[in-house]
Amino acid sequence: MAESVTRSSKTFKALVGEFGIAIVLAAEIGLFALLSPYFFTAENILNISLQTSIIAIIAVGMTFVILTAGIDLSVGAIVAFTGVIVTTVLKMNAPYPVALLCVVLSGLAIGAFSGALAGTFVTKLKITPFIVTLALMTIWRGAAYMFTDGRPVWGLPDAFSLLGSGRLFGVPVPTICMVIVYVAAYVVLDRTRFGRHVYAVGGNPEAARLSGVPTDRVVLKVYMLCGMLASFSGILLASRMNSGQPNAGQMYELDVIAAVVVGGTSLFGGRGSVVGTFIGAMLIGVLRNGLNLMNVSSYVQMILLGVVILSAVLLDRLRGR
Amino acid sequence: MAPLLQMSGIRKEYPGVVALQDVGFELRSGEVHCLLGENGAGKSTLMKILSGAIRRDAGRIMIDGVDAVVDTPADAQRHGIGMIYQDFKLVPELSVAENIFLGNEPTQGRLPLIDYSLMHERSREVIAMLGESIPTAAQVRGLSIAQRQIVEIAKALSKKVRVLAMDEPTAPLTEHEMKNLFKVIRRLKEEGVGIIYISHRLEEIFEIGDRITVLRDGTFVHSCLVAEADKRSLVRWMVGRELEQEYPKIPLDRGGELLRIEHLNAGMLKDINLTLYQGEILGLAGLVGAGRTELARVLFGADPRESGRVTLGGKEIAPRSPREAIDAGIGLLTEDRNAYGLIMQMSVRENITLSNLKEVASGPFLSRSAESAVAERFTSELRIKTPGIEQQVEHLSGGNRQKVVLARWLFTKSSLLIFDEPTAGIDVGVKFEIYQLINRLAQEGVGVIVISSDLPELLGVSDRVAVMCEGRLTGILSRQEATQERVMLLASGETALEGFRG
Ligand SMILES: Nc1ncnc2c1ncn2[C@@H]1O[C@H](COP(=O)(O)OP(=O)(O)OP(=O)(O)O)[C@@H](O)[C@H]1O
Ligand SMILES: [Mg+2]
Repeated sequence: MAESVTRSSKTFKALVGEFGIAIVLAAEIGLFALLSPYFFTAENILNISLQTSIIAIIAVGMTFVILTAGIDLSVGAIVAFTGVIVTTVLKMNAPYPVALLCVVLSGLAIGAFSGALAGTFVTKLKITPFIVTLALMTIWRGAAYMFTDGRPVWGLPDAFSLLGSGRLFGVPVPTICMVIVYVAAYVVLDRTRFGRHVYAVGGNPEAARLSGVPTDRVVLKVYMLCGMLASFSGILLASRMNSGQPNAGQMYELDVIAAVVVGGTSLFGGRGSVVGTFIGAMLIGVLRNGLNLMNVSSYVQMILLGVVILSAVLLDRLRGR
Repeated sequence: MAPLLQMSGIRKEYPGVVALQDVGFELRSGEVHCLLGENGAGKSTLMKILSGAIRRDAGRIMIDGVDAVVDTPADAQRHGIGMIYQDFKLVPELSVAENIFLGNEPTQGRLPLIDYSLMHERSREVIAMLGESIPTAAQVRGLSIAQRQIVEIAKALSKKVRVLAMDEPTAPLTEHEMKNLFKVIRRLKEEGVGIIYISHRLEEIFEIGDRITVLRDGTFVHSCLVAEADKRSLVRWMVGRELEQEYPKIPLDRGGELLRIEHLNAGMLKDINLTLYQGEILGLAGLVGAGRTELARVLFGADPRESGRVTLGGKEIAPRSPREAIDAGIGLLTEDRNAYGLIMQMSVRENITLSNLKEVASGPFLSRSAESAVAERFTSELRIKTPGIEQQVEHLSGGNRQKVVLARWLFTKSSLLIFDEPTAGIDVGVKFEIYQLINRLAQEGVGVIVISSDLPELLGVSDRVAVMCEGRLTGILSRQEATQERVMLLASGETALEGFRG
């Protein structure tokens, strides 16, 4: 039968399409605010931003990767490996500014190296990103355990914890880092040639190449960026735990991918934005926080998280209709 | 007797566009009914409604005078409606035979196992019926665009149909394949199949059509017998005004040497020697598979070269990637705009600026306003039909997509532009504009190479015609020497004695 679409339902659909997951996030916040008086306080909101910051920062890198129709499963392992390496470097007791420099450089170098490796395998040897980064995931995780004999690295200088637990004007430092990363990523994706190239490569790699987009270089850079953001998060996490834990960042890749996909970025590439990813990460963070406040058991939390992911993605599909 | 198919009062609206408004036509059994209209007139939309690919907002579809429910492709198949889509719907990973029988696989008796030998045999039969021989086990991914079209046609023919709609079936085909297709169409007519035929090549309408229906801007304009129409009136109904000549050729004002190819070997290309001058339009003729597209891709750095020397503007060049070729001043408008040209998810604006982002950026940062200005300029200059420059190209009609890619290459300001099938699927009015545009480029000193399967067009626009056959250059003819007969002779392998070196 011919379908007749009324004007009002059209605008409703358009609205849902435009702000779909933002609406879910708002509903979620409203619900928890009603259920728990503590939830909607400034302190708790800062707390949520702190708890979510690490996943959210990695999710930026993952957004770039997924926009090129790739995937990076190694991020969680990179978090752990970076954590144990930088804490070990710290224990060498170099004078403070030198130590900080060493930490940041060695940390980012790990992510960049891993990303470069992944990017090279994907572009030059044409191996699917899933397999390449799956392998890197077990390699880095294994390396983290091997390097520490499976024991955490303790006894770090006090100053180190400022990075992960410190506050600037009352705002947690990781939260500030997160905001900076998101603003920068937004500008890069929306306003630079590189960003445009990322979308083009994800949309139609062959057409992009024939239009003069240096596709291999774009893909390489994207994996390096993702690796570096993962290792940066690894430094933040080590600082927050004031130790290097070889089992840190377990399953982070799943939370990160969930945040990106819930945020509306297409796994097939070419479509998506970091704004969506931010909302997606917050959706998951708020849910965890709210359920914790209400003393919901972690088992039930896992189930509810799955339900929320499915409904958010479902809502997003309305856009295509 | 009720007509075989009747569509009436059809309406389809997209955000910002009314694609069809109260459109209808009748198809009788055993006739070829041609649908005509400019790019974006709504022809494909009407066919997609008929085949159940999209849903209509209003209107009736009647078969044998009875209202028919055609909401899904499965409904359409049940009513015996077959469809050859303008954009390929083949699965690149599957073989030719698997594509032809996709969703319709023959099984071994009662067992749910696919009968592969029967499938290949029947596939070979339909392809042979079209006068072609494509290995049925080959992956579609590796086929040329013309071969894919043959497979697409074979797929539609493999089913028992009463109504067969063909949306620009001949756009990528040459004369030879077209003739074979027409033979098949004539046979189907005798069997009483009703055929809806869409094409922008008007000669074909007079050769194969019985009746026409013309659409303009989503509305019905005119319907009559082909015998009652001539080319002039067709154009007038379609475009709404008169066009004087078909090929607005400007006498060549040849400049200095621009491109020199010496002893080029690459893949199937054997010892190519060719010179192109500034301001010259060189046509590349040949049958499907002659190596014209390959030559273009090698010059453009998209495929590697084995040996030989290429100079552009006196400087030797050896681009290893399209990026290097573009930087050296070469542009290539690829055949098959959907697979190799456009980024479907991107907007008109983003697709136009993609190859020359430097021009609309300062350092790494893009200027949205500069970009929009460029996109606005080209959409109005080329009269791209779109609700706005932010529209996704996925939602443009075929011809308008082509204009977007064209705009992209015009914006690169190259000194050598290669156009591979620039007018495939473009309406007469716009074709005329493209010819004028190519002339203008030539007058500005750009060297232009045009590849086209439409021979009259190639002869009409070119200053010289180079003919290829099986990877070799078999001759170069001046505009005066180039007749259809001589080009066809060279294209089939007869080497010319005169004018071998350009
Ligand atoms: N999915 C869509 N979303 C939005 N607009 C669309 C969509 N599909 C088609 N249109 C618009 O509907 C109009 C008719 O398009 P259609 O593809 O039917 O044209 P056509 O006559 O087949 O043109 P061509 O000769 O270029 O193939 C065009 O203006 C096109 O932009
Ligand atoms: Mg069309």
